[in-house]
Amino acid sequence: MQTSYSSSRILLPVRPWFIGFSLLLALLLNLLPTSVWPGVPDWLALLVVFWSVREPRRVGMGLAFLFGLAMDVADASLLGQHALAYVLAAYGGSSLSRRILWFPLGQQALQVFPLLLLVQVVQFSVRMLVGADSPGMGYFIGPCFGTLLWPLLTFVLLLPQHQPVDRDANRPL
Amino acid sequence: MDHQPPPFFKRGPAPVALLSFYVALSVALLVVDARLQTLEVLRQALSMFTHPVQQLAHLPAQFLDNAGNYFVSVARLQDENAQLKRARLENVTTLLRTQQLEAENERLRKLLGVKERQQAGGQLAQILYSARDPYSRRIVVDKGQQDKVVAGQPVIDDAGIVGQVTRVFPFVAEITLITDKEQAVPVQIVRTGLRSVVFGLGNGQLELRFLPANADVQNGDLLVTSGLDGIFLPGFPVAKVVHIERDTSYSFARIFCAPLAGVENFSEVMILDPRPAIALPEQLAKEAAGREAKPAVRSGLAKKKRLKRD
Repeated sequence: MQTSYSSSRILLPVRPWFIGFSLLLALLLNLLPTSVWPGVPDWLALLVVFWSVREPRRVGMGLAFLFGLAMDVADASLLGQHALAYVLAAYGGSSLSRRILWFPLGQQALQVFPLLLLVQVVQFSVRMLVGADSPGMGYFIGPCFGTLLWPLLTFVLLLPQHQPVDRDANRPL
Repeated sequence: MDHQPPPFFKRGPAPVALLSFYVALSVALLVVDARLQTLEVLRQALSMFTHPVQQLAHLPAQFLDNAGNYFVSVARLQDENAQLKRARLENVTTLLRTQQLEAENERLRKLLGVKERQQAGGQLAQILYSARDPYSRRIVVDKGQQDKVVAGQPVIDDAGIVGQVTRVFPFVAEITLITDKEQAVPVQIVRTGLRSVVFGLGNGQLELRFLPANADVQNGDLLVTSGLDGIFLPGFPVAKVVHIERDTSYSFARIFCAPLAGVENFSEVMILDPRPAIALPEQLAKEAAGREAKPAVRSGLAKKKRLKRD
């Protein structure tokens, strides 16, 4: 029987390669041509926040910085623009992780929203300081969809850590 | 002496220290990239990692595109072929005459002792995708350092100027479109010969700036490159004037233009060869060589002046 993600069952330790794989997959999703559609969230920002909340000792600002640089090069934006935003989001995620994980998933999503918004706001203000033209308000819709995806994302990304359930009728606990 | 208890769990440097280190590093990168533009080598090195991922990401779209092409009906292709043949026949008369006129022009220019016009040559490039950055207007084409593309080369399509190569990677190159906010093209109005510079607005339009309110510009005027910049060859169509605002409270007219080339389309473009620098006359070249003897002092002075002005 598959238990629901809101249960407090003990999870297996995360495998490091799975974190790396999910981050690479997020980079790939970000580079898909669909990313120009309005409302598509910044997958990499979402994953960086997710892992820094879930595993603050494994995924930190260093990894966020590296993936931010990769995103900057692929995006043809200013070098350091994504890196700065992701580093700040990773710091926020890891320092708030104890508090965020205390809440049920819906309320977790509400607390993650400011972090995702921060990523967009930091990039927006950096580019405005340098003097680029404004991308319009549609730029800030992405974090809203990212927030809505949080419960689903938590369920999918924690699936590999779920233990197989073996029921034992004679066990007292 | 103050004794600290031994750390039970090693967690590396404090999070705030790490944060300030990474923030300082990214801000330094931002400033250097925005003001000095000296990080191209780092960008090219990182692109060796991101380029394969980007190619992988564009595979599904390419696959759908190819599948679509495969199922195009034969009748439509035959129709298109016939149309192209007709267009070629229609154009052949003007083309033949142009070749003859160019030869004649060259001969006359030689007679007059005027420098010959440079022949336009270049290489065809396929547009791969438009850059994801929502703040600028750039496209990426499939020619790079391998094909000897250098930054600064003008890019055209069948209707006019598209933009300029601004960044070159090993296998791809980035082209800034003329509608980008930071792109400017020196132009000339065909009807009057008036020279000016056209700037991108970032919303798909262009603006002709710094022309007096009573300048002789009309709706529908054609703008072509003036060639004064030494980068764009003269005579390529750039834009058409679509809207003029003459407000007496400002000393300049606001003149909006629409690009002629299919700037936002996905098709093939031509990267024109870079223009060779025009050699200085002998006397001027000598003077310039003499001046270079003490460039260090000069640049120092210039720097001081710039500081004062700021």
